Amino acid sequence: METPWLLFLIPFASAAIIQLGLKRNAMASSLLSTLSVVVSFIIACSLLGSDQAGSWTWVEAGSFQLNIGYKLDQLATGMMIVVTGIGMLVHIFSLGYMKTDESKARYFGCLSMFMFSMTGIVLASNFVMMFIFWELVGLSSYLLIGHWYHKDSAADAAKKAFLTNRIGDFGFMIGILMLWGITGTVIFADMDGTSLGVVGTCIAGTAILLVFCGAIGKSAQLPLHVWLPDAMEGPTPVSALIHAATMVAAGVYMMARLYLSVGADMIPAWSGEVIAWIGGITSLAAALMATQQNDIKKILAYSTLSQLGYMVMAVGLVAPEVGMFHLFTHAWFKALLFLGSGAVIYACHHEQDIWKMGGLLKKMPVTAITFLVGTLALTAVPFTAGFYSKEEILYAAKGSPLFYLAAFVAFLTTFYMFRLFIVAFLGKPREHGAEEAKEVAPIMSLPLVLLALMAFVAPHITKILPVPLEWDLHFKAFPDLTSSVFWTSIGVFLAGGAVAFVLYSGKNQDPLSISLFRNKFYLDEIYQKIITICQDAVAAIIHFCDEFIIGTLFVGGATRSAQGVGNLFRRFAQNGSLSHYAYLMALGAVLVIYFTVFA
Amino acid sequence: MQELILPTLNEYLFVSGLLFAIGLAGVIVRRNIIVIFMCLEMMLAAASLTLVAFSRFHLVGGLPDYDGQMLVFFIITVAAAEVAVGLAIIVSLYRARQTIHTDDLTSLKG
Repeated sequence: METPWLLFLIPFASAAIIQLGLKRNAMASSLLSTLSVVVSFIIACSLLGSDQAGSWTWVEAGSFQLNIGYKLDQLATGMMIVVTGIGMLVHIFSLGYMKTDESKARYFGCLSMFMFSMTGIVLASNFVMMFIFWELVGLSSYLLIGHWYHKDSAADAAKKAFLTNRIGDFGFMIGILMLWGITGTVIFADMDGTSLGVVGTCIAGTAILLVFCGAIGKSAQLPLHVWLPDAMEGPTPVSALIHAATMVAAGVYMMARLYLSVGADMIPAWSGEVIAWIGGITSLAAALMATQQNDIKKILAYSTLSQLGYMVMAVGLVAPEVGMFHLFTHAWFKALLFLGSGAVIYACHHEQDIWKMGGLLKKMPVTAITFLVGTLALTAVPFTAGFYSKEEILYAAKGSPLFYLAAFVAFLTTFYMFRLFIVAFLGKPREHGAEEAKEVAPIMSLPLVLLALMAFVAPHITKILPVPLEWDLHFKAFPDLTSSVFWTSIGVFLAGGAVAFVLYSGKNQDPLSISLFRNKFYLDEIYQKIITICQDAVAAIIHFCDEFIIGTLFVGGATRSAQGVGNLFRRFAQNGSLSHYAYLMALGAVLVIYFTVFA
Repeated sequence: MQELILPTLNEYLFVSGLLFAIGLAGVIVRRNIIVIFMCLEMMLAAASLTLVAFSRFHLVGGLPDYDGQMLVFFIITVAAAEVAVGLAIIVSLYRARQTIHTDDLTSLKG
C-alpha cells in the first residue's frame, strides 16, 4: 500500500477506535488522537514535493465510474502541511484546554474524525469524493460546535451551521453535476478547460458559480456567513482549527483546485467578477461588524470572515495563487490568535467579554506576546506573514474598485484588532477573573510559540506553500519601497492603529456605539423574518392540501359518498313500512322466477 | 243427467294464480294486520290448490296421483296451527302497541 493512504487511514482508525472502544478512557483517547495527528504530520512532511496519484474504483455504471483516490501535488501537499501542522498544534493545545472536560474522549474522537474528513477534501482526486468529504467535515464541524450540547446556544449554533451549509452544498452538488455534464468527467486530472469555452460563457459561468456556492457555505461568504460567528460556541481549539484555519478555507482550496483543473484562463470573466465582489463585500461587511463586538472570539470570527472574503476576492480576480497564499499565511496566524484567545479565556475562568479583561500583558506575557505577533501578522506589519499575502491581494486588486475596498478593510482590520489588544491586554484588570489570570501551562503555550514563529517564517518556507509552481507566485522578501501599494498598506495600518489607540487607550467602556454594526446589520433578524414568512407560506399551502384536498376531497369524499349511497337506500328501501317490504319481497320473488323460468 | 264437465288443469292453475294474486295484493295494499294475515292464508291456499291440481292431473297407472292430495291435508293441518301462532303474535302485538295498523308499526325503519 502506498503511503498516502495512511493519511486517510490513521485519523480514521483513531476516530473509529475512540468511538468504538475508548470512549470511557479519556486519557487514552486524547493521547491516541494526538499521536495519530503527529504521525499524519510526519507522513505529510515526508510526502512534500511528491507528485503522484492513486485510486481504486468504487462505483462503476456503464462508462461512468467513481473513484476513491488521492492526488498529490504542490497544492495538496502544502495544504496537508497546514491541516496536519495546525491540527497537531491544536491537538496538543487541547490536551491542556480540555483537561477537565467531561466528554474529552468524544471531543478527541470528533477531532480525529475531522482530520480524516479534511484529509479527504485535500487529497481528493475527483469532485464526487471531495463532495463526500465536504459533507463529512460539515458533520464533524456540527459535532464539535455542539460539543457542549447541553447549552441551548451551542446546540442551536451547531444546527444553524449545518443547515446553512446545506444550502451552499446543494448548489455545489448541482455545480458538480453541471461540470460533469460539460467536461464529461469529475476527475480533476482529466478535466479539460476547453470544453468550458465550447458551451459558452453563460453556462460555464453558471456552473462555476454553482460550484462556488459550496464555497459560499463552507467559507461563510455573504449571504451564508451567519453560521460562522455562532460557531464560536464550540470549544476554542475547535474554532482555531476548523472555523479559522482549515475547514472554512476549504472553499478557497476547492476553488483553487477547480482553477488548477480547468485552467484559470478558462473561467468566464463575469463569474470571476461575481466571486470577487461577493468576497469583497463579505470582507467589508465582516470587518465593519467586527469593530463593535465585545466577545473576544466573535471579534476573531468576524476577522476570519473578513480574511476569507479577501481570499475569495483574490480567487475571483483570477489570482488563485494569491488566495491560496493568503489562506496559507492566514491559517497560521489566525490559529495562533484563536489559541491565544483560548488561553486567555481559560486563564480568565471562561470569560469572553474583552471589557471584563484588561492588563493581561503583565499577567500572562507569553500568551500576550504571541497574541500580539498574531495581531501584527493579521494587520500586515512588514516582515510578518500576513504582510506578504495581503500585499499580494492588494496587487491583484489594483486597478479595480476592489482595491480601495480592500485597503479600507485593511484599515478596519488594524482598527478592530488593536481595539481588541488594547482593551484586553493593556490597562488595568477590570474584573476579578482577569486579576486572577495566570500564565497557562507549557502544553498550551508551546503551540502558541510555534505558531507565532510560523507567523513570521511561514511564507519563506517555499517548499510547503500550497501554491503550484505553474502559478508562479512571486513575492519579494523585502518590500518594494517605491510601490504605491506598499505605502497604502503602511498608511492604512498606521491610521487604523492610531484611531484605535486614540479611542480605546485607557478606556473602561466602548466610546463608540454603532448598533447597526453591533447587531450584524440585523441580518440574522432579517433572515429570521424571511424564513418565518417562507415557512408560514409553505405551511399554509401544505395545510391547505392536507385539510381541503386530502382531508375534505379524498378521505372526506369517500366517506361522504358511501354515506350518501347508504342514505339513499335507507330512505328508499328501509322505511319501516310492512307493505313496502312485502312488495319488495314479492318483486324479488317474481324476478327470481322470471329469471329461472324464462330467461 | 247433465254431463259432468271436468275442468282442465289450466283452469285450476288460473284460479290458483288469481287467488295468489289477490292474496299478494291484499298483503301489499291493506293496512290492517289481520286482513294481511287472512290474505297470507289465501296465498297459502292458492299454493295448496296448485298442488292438488297437479296431483289430480298426474296419472300413475291410469289413476290420479293421490300423494299430493294427502300432502295438502298435512299443509292444512300445519296451517291451522300456524294461524293459531300467528293470531297469538297479533294479540300480543296489540297488547304491546295498542294498534294493528301497519302504518303505526314502523320500528324496523333503518
